[in-house]
Parts: sequence; structure tokens; C-alpha cells
Amino acid sequence: MSKKLLMGNEAIALGAIRAGVNIVTGYPGTPSTEVLETVARNNPGDIYVEWSVNEKSAMEVAAGAAYSGARTMVTMKQVGLNVASDPLMSLAYIGVKGGMVILVADDPGPFSSQTEQDTRHFARYSNLPVLDPSSPEEAYEMIQYAFELSEMVELPVFLRPTTRICHSCATIDLDEKRLEHKIEGFVKDPRWVIFPSLAYKKHIHIEKLQHKLSDIFSDLSFNKVEGKDVRLGVAASGVAYSYVVEALEKLNADVKLFKVGTPYPLPSDVASSFLEELDEVLVFEELDPVVEEEIIMLCASKQQKIRILGKKTGHLPFAGEYTFELVYDALAKYLNIEIEEFENTLAPELPVRQPVLCAGCPHRASFYAVKIAMKSQKAVFTGDIGCYTLGNAKPLDMVDTCLCMGAGITVAQGIKRAQPDTKHIAFIGDSTFFHTGIPGIVNAVYNNTDITVVILDNSTTAMTGHQPHPGTGKTMMNNISEKIDIYGMVKACGVKHIVKGNPLDFNNAVDIIKKAAEYKGPSVVIFEAPCIALFKPPVKYTINENCKNCKKCITDIGCPAISFIDGKVSIEPSLCYGCGLCTNVCPFNAIGGEENE
Amino acid sequence: MSKFDILISGVGGQGTVLASRLIAAAAINQGCFARTAETIGMSQRGGCVVSHVRIDSQKSGSVIPLRSAHMLIAFELAEAARNIPRLSKKGCCIVNTQVIKPVSASLGNSHYDNNEIIKYIKDNSQEVYFIDGYSLAEKAGNVKAVNVVLLGAATAVGKMPFTKEIMQDAIIKNVPQKFRELNQKAFEMGYEATVKLIIKA
Ligand code: SF4
Ligand code: SF4
Repeated sequence: MSKKLLMGNEAIALGAIRAGVNIVTGYPGTPSTEVLETVARNNPGDIYVEWSVNEKSAMEVAAGAAYSGARTMVTMKQVGLNVASDPLMSLAYIGVKGGMVILVADDPGPFSSQTEQDTRHFARYSNLPVLDPSSPEEAYEMIQYAFELSEMVELPVFLRPTTRICHSCATIDLDEKRLEHKIEGFVKDPRWVIFPSLAYKKHIHIEKLQHKLSDIFSDLSFNKVEGKDVRLGVAASGVAYSYVVEALEKLNADVKLFKVGTPYPLPSDVASSFLEELDEVLVFEELDPVVEEEIIMLCASKQQKIRILGKKTGHLPFAGEYTFELVYDALAKYLNIEIEEFENTLAPELPVRQPVLCAGCPHRASFYAVKIAMKSQKAVFTGDIGCYTLGNAKPLDMVDTCLCMGAGITVAQGIKRAQPDTKHIAFIGDSTFFHTGIPGIVNAVYNNTDITVVILDNSTTAMTGHQPHPGTGKTMMNNISEKIDIYGMVKACGVKHIVKGNPLDFNNAVDIIKKAAEYKGPSVVIFEAPCIALFKPPVKYTINENCKNCKKCITDIGCPAISFIDGKVSIEPSLCYGCGLCTNVCPFNAIGGEENE
Repeated sequence: MSKFDILISGVGGQGTVLASRLIAAAAINQGCFARTAETIGMSQRGGCVVSHVRIDSQKSGSVIPLRSAHMLIAFELAEAARNIPRLSKKGCCIVNTQVIKPVSASLGNSHYDNNEIIKYIKDNSQEVYFIDGYSLAEKAGNVKAVNVVLLGAATAVGKMPFTKEIMQDAIIKNVPQKFRELNQKAFEMGYEATVKLIIKA
């Protein structure tokens, strides 16, 4: 045993390793990413780890291995689960042999996501059990149990931490003894082939299994009833539980508290003993009222008259992350305890720090080149998911739509069909291109839709922390692999006009765009320049005495390294990445570079 | 040991997250239980970052409630003001006077008034130390060591539940070999500068 400060995601990874996981797959997505990375970093040598091309592939690879008796884990964020939902639903019927954990991180808030969707619905939808940790410590325990459970019931099991669990750290007692899990190998059996007749039988089986699961869960310490007040009850799941405990301490109050570690299926026995003799229950859970609804249904089935308060009664909000303050206020009101209000001195107006592209980011140059090339033409710019979504910020203002991974290319085609007299330019990153960009390009070629796709190839998956992908020629196992050439791929899709260029070779980049946009039919521009995190800046730029303080460098490109301080435009040396874009913008030759030592 | 909550605020790229880990590591070495949480926006650099460190907080969440932090270590002037509401009335704060203007302020779409901000910080905390961490880190050898300068400053206040030696030890154990000397120097400079401020006050 050793005590270590671990992030929730690291705790989950080390827990999986300790449980003898054999195969881990996933696609990066905040807040889930570090789970797979930590497995790779701590790989004792016999675990196969891969970043798959998208979540659906990751789920299928993990499933195949679990058919063969391996312990497997597949990782993604909540929106990634949508991509993997096709295999998921069938897999719930087929089941697995080796323990399979589907790790999906939810993002209440949301801090870095398109939606606040709640993975627990997918658990209910697919009839798969879900474990909901309330702290990183608990996540470490739960992941280990999840493998056991999965093997016991021969179904994949969800572990669903939220951002506050994934990205919080706690002192964890690590048990370094590792279970050895032997892989038996694939045994041919009709059970692995999903036919309609089998599906019908399986449906009956998994519906029945829900009761068994509920019983199993009632015996787990992840679910428990504490406290003693017999009239007022509180149920809490996930991180909300830790806020409730802290708030009760501060309020010096005691209530009957139901900690829900398995929101689906609800542990009915524990829930029933909790509900006994209560008049009212207040339910705390982030996002959707999953536990709330389960409790309402349980009361209804037992014809128990208890008032269930929560989201449905307007006592708590549906959207957004829960906080200590929100829980504290709601609890005080519920328990009729008076609390003192904070008086607030008014803060001065503070600067807004919007998310922006990094200083030196090559995407800034790409966006600016397209902007200049399209000046005075009617154009719509469709964006996609990745760092380059930040091209929407002022002053670039170059992202008009953003839906989900890969959709920029197809949305452009839709707008083109509705608005043919406009130029349509879709931006997509290299990792997203492999994820779901290719079918969109195939679709444009097949239907001959006149759009221009700009692939922003910075040789990495930057937003989630620089993971390799098929275009980088590296795998997560640190092997060098065959690089999949984006140009060749686009060519194979049948695109006739394809040009590669460096966005920092500015005038040329503008030219390339102009020609591609003029081309009738689908065209593709591949802008290649590495993410600044992949190299050290070779040149540093500074402002010289030619500067007229016209601020064009700020108002045109908005590089965060350039600011206006004490009446002067200046470049902060610790931020400048020497991309040189600003030298193309300044009309007075006031920006010069010198080699970096 | 009683609970001790430390909030660290700054701008992405300043090393706030590492600073919070170093404090937690020191606490664990002292035999305490520690939790941390980070609030980071979408940008890799330049956005607001807040780290929460909670010591001996087994039965709490990882986020420090409003008006509860015992200490605020702010890496940037405006970010100090933004997070004052989490500082307890009796808490103390260490403020790096460095200003990092976001593009929105340079574009004139948002406001940055140093004097107003400083006044607000002074009006809303009992004990505050203003440190020019950027210059100190520059003098120590690298502006990137500003996080360790501020750890030195925070340790000098003498309220953290562990000794200076334990804090230094955590830094040395957790930074790459080739930056050890730089970090040691940066830590001492932050420490000394704050001791001087305390003597003056
Ligand atoms: S060269 Fe200019 S645009 Fe590029 S990072 Fe430096 S200041 Fe920003
Ligand atoms: S564009 Fe050139 S002249 Fe104008 S403020 Fe920037 S550096 Fe100075």
C-alpha cells in the first residue's frame, strides 16, 4: 500500500490495471482522456492500449476482446458515446465473457462539451448497469468491482464519472498487488451472432436480469443509508453526495441520507428501507432526474405516498454543474434552517478571458488566410470539434456552425444545397478527419456538391492533449506505424482538386484558397503546420521603433502574445511562438524576428 | 490537524496546476489527507484557471465553498479579484502583481483597470501581500518559475499546515533534475520578499 495524490482519471486507470485489465481502447475526449493515457504510462508490459479512430471502433475492438475472455475497458466522453451507441445497443443483447467496462465521463457544466447529456440514460436505455462514483477514492474501488460484476452477469458495465471526479485529485491508498487475468481465447458459439430469434430471447433475459442486478447492488457498500431522521430524507448520487455530506456538517443537521452509487438499476432493497417512514425525500443528482424517477417509480409500485422533491418539482435545477453552495442552500430550505446571507461588495469590472487559440497556433494563420481570400465574397464557414472551434472568437470570427465530430463537412453540403450562390468552406482537423470526416468527403464527391474542405493538419489531436492518430505514424503503444497520408486518402475518395500548403507561407496560402474556392465541385486544401506544443519556438518576434500603434496586429489576428500595455503595443516574450503571422499583418514593418537561443 | 483550504488562481500557462499538486504533495508527506480540483476552460493557454487544494478534507467535496478558503494565492492581478469571493473573511492572500491582458481587453471589448482592482482586493481581504513574482522569477533565471516564487511567498506567511522544509522537499522531488536549482532559487526569492513585507507591516 502507498498513499498518493491521484486524479480521478488516474485512479480509474490504476484501478483497472490492478484488476487485471488486458485491453484498453478509446478515443480522446475531455474529461475522459487521462484514463487511457495513464494506463499506457503505467503499462506493466502486457496490456494492449490503443487510441482508436473513433468511439465506435474503440467499442467494437474492446467487445471482440471481451468475447475472447479478456478484461477490457473502452474510454470516451459523453458525446463520444453517441458515436458508439450502435454497437452498444447490440452489445447489451450479445453480452461478453471477459469483464468489459465502458468508461464514459460526463461533463456537467459543461466545461468542454457540446451537450450536458447524461450517460445514465444510456445505461437505462441499453439495460446495462451503471456505477456513479462520488469521489476519486470511490472511483478507484468501483472500477475494480465493475470488472467483477461484468463477468458475473456477462454484460458490459458502465462507470460514469463526471468532470469533478475525473479532474479532481485525492489521496488514495494504492494497492500495488495486481490480479492476473488469463485470456481464455475466442470460443465459437452461436451466442456471438445476433439473429432476430436470439435477440428476442436475449431481450427477455436482460429484462429479467435487472431484478437480479438490483439485488446484487443492494448488498454493495457503494449504496447505503445513513442518519436517522425519520420524516425527511435525502438521496444523492455522484459528486452531489459529497456536497450533501459537507453541507450537513456545516448546517449541523442530521437527516436520513441515501447514498446512491448505482443509479441504474436502483438497489430496490436499500431504497425501500430508506423510504420506510419518510414523508418527503429531496433528491440531489447532477444533470437528469434519473434517480428521482427511479424512486418515484418505486414508490408508485409499492403504493407508498411520499413526496419526492427534486428537479421535477422545481426544487433543484436540471442544467449545469451542482456546487456546494447550491446544495447547501437547497438543504437549508428543505430542513427549514436559517442561514446567513453573504453580503457582497461589488467587484470592479474584470477582463473577460474567452478561450482563444494559443499564441503562434497555425490555425490562426489558416483562418486568417481564408478570411483574406474570401474578402468581399459571400461565404459561410462551417467548423468542427477541436482546437480550431476557437476560430469563432473575435477578431477571427471564422466559425459559423459547429455541431459534432465530422459534421462541418456535411453541414456545409446542406447549406450549399439551400444556398447555392454562396461559397462554402468547411474546416476540419486531422484527427477529426480520420474520426468521421472521411464519409462526409465521400458524400460530397458522390453527390458532386461544390464545397471546399480545409483540413487543418497540425500533426496531433491538440485540444485533448496531443494524442497520436493515424496520420501521425505513431501508436499509443509507442510503435512507429504506417502513416496514413491524408492527401492520398482524399484522393482515393475521388476529390479532383487537392492542394497542400503551409498556412504560415501566407501569400501562397491565400492563393491556394482562392483557387480551391473557384474550382467547381468538391475541393480540398490541406494546411500543414505543427501545433506549437510539438516544437520549441525557433524565432522570437519583437516590435521595433517603426510601430505606429495602429493596433492592426491586434485587431486582425488577436494573438494573445500581443497586447496593448501602457499605451504601447508589445509582444510578451514568454508567450510568442515565433509563427511570424503578425509580420504579414503589420503595414509598417514594425515587427522583426531574432533567432531564439 | 484542522482543515486548511487553499485556492490558487491564475491564467493558463502560469503553472498553477503544478503549484497545487506541490502543495498537496507536501501535505501528504506531512501525513495529511489532501484533495485538489481544477477548473480549466477550453483554451490550452490564456484562460482562467482555478485550483483548489483542501487539506484534511476526507468528508468534503474537492471544491472550496464560497467565503471559505483560508488562503488565496493569485498568480495574476485580475484573477485575484475574480476569486476573492471564495476567500474567508479571516483569510490571507498572496497576489502576484503581474498583469496578463486578454485579447478582449486589448481589443477594447473588455475592461482592465489595475488601480480599481488593487483597491477591491485591499478592501476585501484582511491580510494581503503584493509580490512582483514575474521580476523575481526573471531574476531567478526564468519567468516560468513564477509559480515556485509564489509558493515561496505563500510558505513565508507561516500559515500552511507544514514546514518550509517539507514544501521545499516536495518541490525538489517533483520537478525535473535540471530545473531544481532554478526552482530552489525562485522559492527562496519569493520567501525572502514576503518575509520583508511582513517585517515592514
Ligand atoms: S510571431 Fe506574432 S503572431 Fe506569431 S506568436 Fe509571436 S506575436 Fe503571435
Ligand atoms: S500593426 Fe505594426 S504598426 Fe500597427 S500596432 Fe501592430 S506592430 Fe505597430
